[in-house]
Amino acid sequence: MSDTSEDRISIRTRLPAFLRRADPAVLTAFGCILLLLLLSSLYSSNFLSLNYLLQQLKVASFLGVVAAGVMVVILLGHIDLSVPWVMTTGAMMACAAAGFGSVGPVIAIPFGIICGTAFGLLNGFGVAYLRIPSMIVTLASNVVAQGLMVVYTGGFSPQDSAPPPVRWLATGFLIPGLPNAILVWVAISAMMIFLFTRTAFGRAVYGIGNSERAAYLSGVDTRRVVMIAFAISGALSAFGGVLLAGYSSKAAQAMGDAYLLPAIAAVVLGGTSILGGRGSYLGTVAGVILITLLQSILSVMQMPEAGRQIVYGVVIIVMLLLYGRTPPNR
Amino acid sequence: MSEWRYWLNEQRGTLMGLAIFLLMFAVYIANHPAGLTANVAQTAANKGVLFAFVAMAQTLVVITAGIDLSVGMIFILTNCLASWIVVGEPLPTALGVVAVLAAGMVCGAINGLLVIYGRLQPIVATIATGAVYFGLALLLRPFPGGSVNEDLADALTGRLFGVIPSSLVVLAAAVLLVWLPFRRSRLGRAAYAAGSSEQAAFMSGVPIRRGKFAAYTLAGLLAAMGGLFLTFFTYTGEAAYASGSGYTLWSIAAVVLGGVSLYGGRGSAIGAIFGAFAARTTGDMLFVFDVDPLWQPLLQGVVLMIAVSIGSLALLRVRNRLDWFQ
Repeated sequence: MSDTSEDRISIRTRLPAFLRRADPAVLTAFGCILLLLLLSSLYSSNFLSLNYLLQQLKVASFLGVVAAGVMVVILLGHIDLSVPWVMTTGAMMACAAAGFGSVGPVIAIPFGIICGTAFGLLNGFGVAYLRIPSMIVTLASNVVAQGLMVVYTGGFSPQDSAPPPVRWLATGFLIPGLPNAILVWVAISAMMIFLFTRTAFGRAVYGIGNSERAAYLSGVDTRRVVMIAFAISGALSAFGGVLLAGYSSKAAQAMGDAYLLPAIAAVVLGGTSILGGRGSYLGTVAGVILITLLQSILSVMQMPEAGRQIVYGVVIIVMLLLYGRTPPNR
Repeated sequence: MSEWRYWLNEQRGTLMGLAIFLLMFAVYIANHPAGLTANVAQTAANKGVLFAFVAMAQTLVVITAGIDLSVGMIFILTNCLASWIVVGEPLPTALGVVAVLAAGMVCGAINGLLVIYGRLQPIVATIATGAVYFGLALLLRPFPGGSVNEDLADALTGRLFGVIPSSLVVLAAAVLLVWLPFRRSRLGRAAYAAGSSEQAAFMSGVPIRRGKFAAYTLAGLLAAMGGLFLTFFTYTGEAAYASGSGYTLWSIAAVVLGGVSLYGGRGSAIGAIFGAFAARTTGDMLFVFDVDPLWQPLLQGVVLMIAVSIGSLALLRVRNRLDWFQ
């Protein structure tokens, strides 16, 4: 993605200013979304209806919230594999908290998020202070979260259903016609953009992704930043789980399993380097929409699960080959 | 300094893995109602060997400073394939075995091509290929079923001379025929060199691309051996997503327990085998201690957490704070 070759620069200077400043990966991702919509509209014009698009954005918002957290960690050059069961923990704990008398429904959402943050802090402590590779520590905390939830539920899906506030947040309408889940995603996105571009914390995240040593020598408390970043990821994963529980009106075992790989894929398809230090939040939004659309179109076309997995994998590989390649070894 | 000290230093991770495994296995056997009988050893070996093959496959890739998140899916895909073609007379069975192993190698080679020549990051590239391999497995076996040549299956999961578990013999053969020749070859050295410093290896004219490619391909082969064994063990093929991703995750844990550095260039597949056995014994141990099965995942997680935290004791020896950051 680094445009060092002369001819590419000359092409870019001829583009209008707003395109010149944009990341080519983000543009490609948005281009692919348009292409996908155009191709699918040949199959059925329903794909371009406002209803369908809003429905897709609503489904995308659950993945979007999770991917925002995963992106913070990937920008550091780390990875968070604990997403599936931290999501489930958030959902189950929110539903469980609803049972605490009259205050229950009020504290349900914060309690779910706090539980996710706790797992995030555990991950962050292991990565930042104990210097365990993030892949391993998040893997282990995923198993611990799974173990806790299995003990809590007795191995079955819990009986208590999502409290009304949680359901309202995921499926209600504050503005008529616009699902609340989309508003939540927009709010989270605004916060993330502010965090990445306007705060010292955001700059430190990019700095650590490029070189943790350099960031440390520049006076950044890198270990604290890494720990907070993992806490944010845990909190957003749990929040995504809470929203999902509201959408399906209850928490279920393994409800988060289908979210880890799409979240990582969305972040990477949006042009964020998996090695850290480079990437823009808008790209992640594009990646989330792209993956949700792809999954939805494949299922509307009634492709069997096997075919969906294959097409899904192949599309990700092709898109990465188009713009996700690392520079050659010279 | 004498020779053996260098050797000991190099093998420290492997020996740690061996020590962890021996300790856990000793506790397990001491508390097992039947003690160490041939039957107990056979069951433990059969279950451990599945983990061991997948962990060996993961090691080969991790040594090159990569990671293979599709290894469990290759394992599942070859299991489904074997449940179709490893059947019938001896000759078709043999051809079937060869075809299954070849399919695994092709899967590994595709990963290698994408990572080395496509210059994609291993994490995301193998996530995507893993989805494809799982889709193919589902295409082969939408529902669990199929069969396998039961004579061969019983021979390979049974006992040799009534004592030695034959699955262990096959595992040893895989180490002797795949791992050791690779470790000692020029390509194997190239894979290690690429893992420890790709730039330096490139400058020294080491064939890093071919070395890494060989590592990914052989990883596919070893995962396919695991898939074959799963078929011999269960007599069926099943495209279970949870099983595939579970094996991938535990293969990473086994690799770390066996002293292989996730940053590449250090460790050995033999250590990973002990790591895999140790990981497997955790599950069995909870069984002999009569722990409520509900608590099993939690205790496994806690054991895993403690095991990976032990490595951070090395931080106490760090003199320069900059060495915290790799």
